[in-house]
Amino acid sequence: MKRALAAMAAWVLLVSASLPPQVDDALILGDTLPSSLKAFNLLSGPYGRIPNGGVTSYRLNTPLFSDYAEKFRFFYVPKGKTIAWRDDDVLDFPVGSVLVKSFGYPADMRKPDDYVRILETRLLVRRETGWIALPYVWNADGSDAILKRAGLRVDVSWTHLDGKPRTISYAVPNVNQCKGCHDNGANGLGLIGPKARNLNRDGQLQALYSAGKLDRLPANVPRLPVWNDPATGSVEMRARAYLDVNCGHCHNRSGPANTSGLWLNLEQAPDPNLGIGKRPTAAGRGSGNDDFAIDPGHPERSIMIYRMQSLDPGIAMPELGRASVHEEGVALLSQWIAAMPMKDAVHP
Amino acid sequence: MKPIPFLIAASLLAITNPAFADILRVDAGADAQSRLQAALIDAKPGDTVEIGAGRFELTDGLSLDVDRVTVRGAGPGATILSFKAQKGAGEGLLITADDVVLRGFAVEDSRGDGIKSKAANRIVYYDLRVEWTGGPKASNGAYGVYPVESTDVLIDKVTVRGASDAGIYVGQSKNIVVRNSIAMFNVAGIEIENCYGADVYQNIAMHNAGGILVFDLPNLPQKGGHAVRIFSNRTEKNDTPNFAPKGNIVAGVPNGTGVIIMANRDVEVFNNVIGENGSTNIFVVGYRNSFTDAGYNPLPSNVSIHGNMHGRAGYAPGPQFEGGAQMVAAMGSVPPIVWDGTGNNIRVTDKVPTLSLGLSDPKDRATSANPKIVDLGTGPEPASLQAIALPSSMEAAIR
Repeated sequence: MKRALAAMAAWVLLVSASLPPQVDDALILGDTLPSSLKAFNLLSGPYGRIPNGGVTSYRLNTPLFSDYAEKFRFFYVPKGKTIAWRDDDVLDFPVGSVLVKSFGYPADMRKPDDYVRILETRLLVRRETGWIALPYVWNADGSDAILKRAGLRVDVSWTHLDGKPRTISYAVPNVNQCKGCHDNGANGLGLIGPKARNLNRDGQLQALYSAGKLDRLPANVPRLPVWNDPATGSVEMRARAYLDVNCGHCHNRSGPANTSGLWLNLEQAPDPNLGIGKRPTAAGRGSGNDDFAIDPGHPERSIMIYRMQSLDPGIAMPELGRASVHEEGVALLSQWIAAMPMKDAVHP
Repeated sequence: MKPIPFLIAASLLAITNPAFADILRVDAGADAQSRLQAALIDAKPGDTVEIGAGRFELTDGLSLDVDRVTVRGAGPGATILSFKAQKGAGEGLLITADDVVLRGFAVEDSRGDGIKSKAANRIVYYDLRVEWTGGPKASNGAYGVYPVESTDVLIDKVTVRGASDAGIYVGQSKNIVVRNSIAMFNVAGIEIENCYGADVYQNIAMHNAGGILVFDLPNLPQKGGHAVRIFSNRTEKNDTPNFAPKGNIVAGVPNGTGVIIMANRDVEVFNNVIGENGSTNIFVVGYRNSFTDAGYNPLPSNVSIHGNMHGRAGYAPGPQFEGGAQMVAAMGSVPPIVWDGTGNNIRVTDKVPTLSLGLSDPKDRATSANPKIVDLGTGPEPASLQAIALPSSMEAAIR
C-alpha cells in the first residue's frame, strides 16, 4: 500500500511538472487569506508579468487615475463558468473568478513600456460569500508578492511627462480602503471597472463571447469615451466618462459619498446633484472659499477643480490614491466647466 | 433556591464565559500605523482593540469595518492618536460597521474630519477628545466627531476643540443622543443637520462662533429634519470669530450665537442656560440660499422655546448678522431671541424680548426688513416631543 502511494505521488509530481501551471481554484474558493500571491498560480515570470493559462488581459476605455501608475489588468473565470451580461452595471463575474491588477512605474513616463517597475498586485476574489480584496506587495527580486492587508507606503520615483524627476509617497491601500472604493452599496465589495461600456474596445467583448466566457452579447453596446481621446467623444462626454470612472463609484446615490448629495456617476442628470450650482455639505476647508461644486463657466471657482488640484488630505479628492495632481484630468474638467453656460441665478 | 430568571442567567453566562471575544492590544511605538490598522482589520465581531497609553504618530487615516468591535484607549488624556503627519484619507478614524463602541482616547490634528462614522448603526462615542492643538484655525479639519447616515447614535462625554466647521456634528441620521459633552473653540459647537429625532442635553458649548445648531439643507438623501430637543445645556460666551471657509453653511453663523434653528420642524429648546452671546441667544430662521429641490421645505415650523435662562445677548453682533449694527444703534442691543419671521407656529414663552425681522421669505435681506418686538407666547402650547430611547445595548456599553 505504502509503495503504491509513493508511486502515485511520483506520478503526480511528474505530470504536474510537465503541465502548464494551473490556477488554484481550491485556494480561490477556500476561506484562507493566502500570504503569497504566487500560491494562486495566476501569474508567472518576474513580477508576475505573464498571465497563466485561463488568465486574460483586458483594457478599459477610461481607467481610474492612480498617481500616474501604469496598470496591468487581468481576469480569471473558472473553467465551465460564464460571466453574466449586465447592461449598465459591472458584468457579473461568477463565483471562483479573480480580477487582477498590477501597478507599476516606468523609469520615464514618456516611454511607458520601458523599464516598468511593478510595485503591487491587487486581487479581487469572488468567493461564495462575495468578493474579497487582497493587496500584495512585490518583494525585491520580483519572485513573489506578499499580502499586506494593513497597507503600506513606498517612495516611488520616475521621470515625468515634462522630463522632470518626480517622487511620491505611493500608498498601497489597506483592505478597508479597498472597500472604500469597491463598496457595492450593500455592505460588501463590488467591481468598478468592467462595465460593458468601459470594456467595449479592441473587440474584447466579442472575443469573450466567442470564447464562451460571456453568456450573451446584445447588439449596439454603448461605448464609454476614452477620456483623453477627442476622437471618441465631445469634451462633455469625456468629462462625464472621467467623472463616472474616477468619482462615480463613491459619488452616487448609494455609494460611500452619497451623503454629500454630489453624485457624479454617468446616469446622474445635470442638476444640483451633479454639482451644478450645488453648495457644499460637509466639505469643510475642502470648499476653498468657493460656493459651488461646479460654478458654470468658472472652473477657477468650482470646488470640484479646487479639490482635484490639492494634495492636502483634508481637501484632496479623490481621497485615496492621490499623491499627485492629475493635471490632464483637471484640464479636461476645467474645459467642460468653462464651456457651460453661466447661470446668473446661482449668484446671489 | 429560587430559579434564576432566564435573562439574568443569560447575562451571567456572558460575564463568566466571554465566549470567543478577544482583546487585541496595541502599544505605542514604532510602526504604529500598520500595527494599529492591522488590529482594526484583524478584529472579529465581539473583540476589543485596546490601545495603550502614549502617543501614536500616524501617517494615514485609520479605519474599522467590523461589526461589534470596541476600540478602547487608556483615557482621552492618555491615549493620543496624532495625525499631524497624516498623508492621506479624509479623516483620522473612519468607522463603517454597526454596534461599534469608541471610548477612552483622543484624536489630534487630523487633516480632515476627526472621527467619522458612516452607515454605522448603534455607534457609541464615549469619553473621547478630538482636538486641533493649534487653536481655532481655518486650516483645521471640518468636523470633530461626524456620525452620518446612521440609526441610533450616542455621543457622551466627548470634548471637541478647534473644528473649522462643527465640533460635534450629526448628519442625516435618526434617533440621536448627544449629552455630557463639551464643544469649545469650534465654528459651531454642536450641529444636528438633516436628522430625525435627537436629544441634545447637559452639554457645554462655549467659545464657539455658534453654540448649538439645528439645520436642514436641500439636495441631500435625507432632508426634512425634525423632532429635536435641545435642553439643559449651557451655551455661553460663544465669542470666537467665525473662522469657517466661505461657501460652507456654517460660514454664515453670526459670531456669538447661542442656538440657531434653521428650516426644521418640531423643535423644542428648553431649560438651557444661554448668555454672553454677542449676536443673540436664540435665532430661528429659514434657509436663505436659493435652491432647486422640490422636496425641500426651507422654513421652520413648530418650534417651542420655553424655560430658558438668559444672560446678556446682542451687545456685539457679528458682521454675518445683517442689520445688527442698526439694531444696536436703535435699541442698544439685539434682543436675546430673534426670528426671521418665516415659517409657522413659532412659540416663545421665555421671559425676554423676541424680535421678529418680519421677513416673508428667508431669502429677503434683513436690512430691508421691518423688525419689531413680538409676543409669540399666545398660541396653543404644542405637544411635548418624546424623549429619545436608544437600544439598551448602547447604554450598557458605557456602564
